[in-house]
Amino acid sequence: MSAASTAEPAFVAKTKTGRFTDFVDSRVGGSGILREFGRKVFPDHWSFMFGEVALYSFVILLLSGTFLTFFFDPSMAETHYDGSYVPLKGVEMSVAYSSSLDISFDVRGGLFMRQVHHWAALLFVASIAVHMLRVFFTGAFRRPREMNWVVGSVLLILAMAAGFTGYSLPDDLLSGNGLRIIDGVIKSIPVVGTYISFFLFGGEFPGTAIIGRLYMLHILLVPALILLMIVLHLFMVVVHKHTQYPGPGRNDNNVVGYPLGPVYAAKAGGFFFIVFGVLALMAGFFTINPIWNYGPYDPSPVSAGTQPDWYIGFVDGALRLMPGTLGNWHVEQNWFGFVFTFNVLLPALVPAGILFTVMFMYPWIERWITKDDREHHVLDRPRNAPTRTAIGVAGFIWYCVMWAAAGSDLIATHFHVSLNDVTYWLRALFFVGPIIGFVVAKRVALALQRKDREIALHGRETGRIVRLPHGEFIEVHAPLDEYKRYKLVGFESPEVLPAVPNEHGVVTRKEKRRAFLSRWFFEDRVAPATPAELEAAHGHGHAAVEAPEEAKSLSH
Amino acid sequence: MKALSQKRRHPLAVIALLLMGLLITGGLYAVATTVNEAKASTTTYSTSDVEEGGKLFAANCATCHGMGASGSKDGPSLVGVGAAAVDFQVGTGRMPMQMNGPQALKKPVQFNDEQTHQLAAYVASLGAGPALPEESLLDEKGDAAAGGELFRTNCAMCHNAAAAGGALTRGKFAPALADVSGKHIYEAMVTGPQNMPVFSDSNITPEGKRDVITFLKQIETNGSPGGADLGSLGPVAEGLFVWVAGLGVIIAFTIWLTSRTS
Repeated sequence: MSAASTAEPAFVAKTKTGRFTDFVDSRVGGSGILREFGRKVFPDHWSFMFGEVALYSFVILLLSGTFLTFFFDPSMAETHYDGSYVPLKGVEMSVAYSSSLDISFDVRGGLFMRQVHHWAALLFVASIAVHMLRVFFTGAFRRPREMNWVVGSVLLILAMAAGFTGYSLPDDLLSGNGLRIIDGVIKSIPVVGTYISFFLFGGEFPGTAIIGRLYMLHILLVPALILLMIVLHLFMVVVHKHTQYPGPGRNDNNVVGYPLGPVYAAKAGGFFFIVFGVLALMAGFFTINPIWNYGPYDPSPVSAGTQPDWYIGFVDGALRLMPGTLGNWHVEQNWFGFVFTFNVLLPALVPAGILFTVMFMYPWIERWITKDDREHHVLDRPRNAPTRTAIGVAGFIWYCVMWAAAGSDLIATHFHVSLNDVTYWLRALFFVGPIIGFVVAKRVALALQRKDREIALHGRETGRIVRLPHGEFIEVHAPLDEYKRYKLVGFESPEVLPAVPNEHGVVTRKEKRRAFLSRWFFEDRVAPATPAELEAAHGHGHAAVEAPEEAKSLSH
Repeated sequence: MKALSQKRRHPLAVIALLLMGLLITGGLYAVATTVNEAKASTTTYSTSDVEEGGKLFAANCATCHGMGASGSKDGPSLVGVGAAAVDFQVGTGRMPMQMNGPQALKKPVQFNDEQTHQLAAYVASLGAGPALPEESLLDEKGDAAAGGELFRTNCAMCHNAAAAGGALTRGKFAPALADVSGKHIYEAMVTGPQNMPVFSDSNITPEGKRDVITFLKQIETNGSPGGADLGSLGPVAEGLFVWVAGLGVIIAFTIWLTSRTS
């Protein structure tokens, strides 16, 4: 682009396509970008593809959502239904609900697009959740990716917001009940709650404004924020490069995998159509949100089995688990002439608050405890970070208990148990479940580490029993090849970091706390087999047995 | 057989065995539970009906409901419950009750149409109560939209807006209403069996009840316009489906895409 390049004779393309691409390239420098991106290496592993699933679901959401906006009318004006669904003919309802029914029954392909949109929304949040679990359990949030973890967490919240605002739009009985719960939660906030509710709904619930407002959030603000966050997220992925699972030849300074172009680009492009295809098949064959069943919203009726979509389920579940009284103490209190509805406020905000706070903070919590500020591009196998894995499992179980509580009525009817008993059990599990999960997950991780160590040292059990000439029976162990063994022994195993004095020679209270947590984190550890141990294991007399050829000759 | 015995340690063998066991037990259960179902109708009772019904009652019901249906500590008095209650309880197999529990469950009917008719005649003779509904109210030709509104306001909180059923406290539940005859729906509304409240004629008029039945039958025959309905259970079933089937298929594809021929 400089003076030197202009001095060279101008490049003339021979074909039409060549001239066209050269025209574009000489103006925007596309080939440089393509060269850079085309050489970007992505490691191949199925668990790395959930972020892609989320991205593709979002693209599908944009496409199907745009189609829906052509026909949806977010007005809460009253009308009488005059479409082709007979059981609702002549029923008084809002224009929003009526137009949703028209999309379902009178717009060509409308029901299919509505179902694509809704299934894609469920898959969008689900794939984000699975992606985050993968990132957490493999330790991919460590330096340099802490900020990307935060962006991802923001994306999760935005996805939930997008989902909930969309869920409320059809203005059917189900979504109206959901909105009423949100209204109740908002009103339970002390002092300002009633004002916020009044401003949000433009007066007393349900008012005539809320659907239009949610519609604007749903199609404008939230998707724009999601798009912005996706750009940030992907930008950081490019800057940081992708992580990789441990393996021979992989370290924190390289990325082993396929370049983006052409193989990976083709795979990723194909994968978009696979996700689209799966969603289209789901939408074609399985009903989602049959709004015609629920009827128009009316604040008086509530249907049995009224639940939010799955990603809001844990909040609904927490609300269901909350008792109205604790012993003789009423959870709803009247203080200074104000009503404090803690039975709504606590379950609706506290578990979600704890969950998201810990989620956002976790990279820094672990960094503080371990004092590990190095760059990590090689992932941990979950078993090789037993305490982190156990923390993750504990949080996951806590979430799942609340999640299950949202379906407590269906658990009761489908397993023929008492609804009350389901609630009591889940209340107990709410407190005990994470502890059991923590202990079990940590033990399982340590046991798997021991098994890895055992296999690295003594090889794999073949199940072949051999009788030696002097009568002894032994089981033949097949030694591992170098590549497989590397995976079992080539991992970091941090040890407890005792408290160290600061520059004034003082061990601060905070440092003592850190040392305590470090002990809690790392005191149970199974060290990987060292080269010396491997050497010793192969030289301690069983060498003849462990070599398969020799063993074979012995068995004859 | 050799191939079978060689494959018995295959990692999928356990799953195959489990699947086989489940299919066999499920299949046997399904066969065992599909016994003939009877349908009752008629409205007039002769003295011989009452007499025969009395004998049937003494032999089958009096243990709990007492001689002369006057009630005991195990069962309520049936004086004044009317023929509709008998026709519903006996006609759906809920009575005679199999065992004590949170609520009497629907099961294969124990009496044929004539015997049910006779029992109803006997109980109706003990005191005035709701009679069997007239055929004109069961013709399913009412106003489905009006019936839908009545259903959502009065019934959906327990039976679910799509009549798929729902849970009540302590093991009780409101059953799903698919495959329930119009007559039994009507009788349930007027007699309030189990935990169901009574919807008297001043609460929901007979025409209103006809509309409700019309609505229920219409949504039943309409089927599900959007494909398989996943039980009409709402977002929980949908969430379960997307996590298990949707993500399951996607994961299978991701594994396929990243697998290498080695």
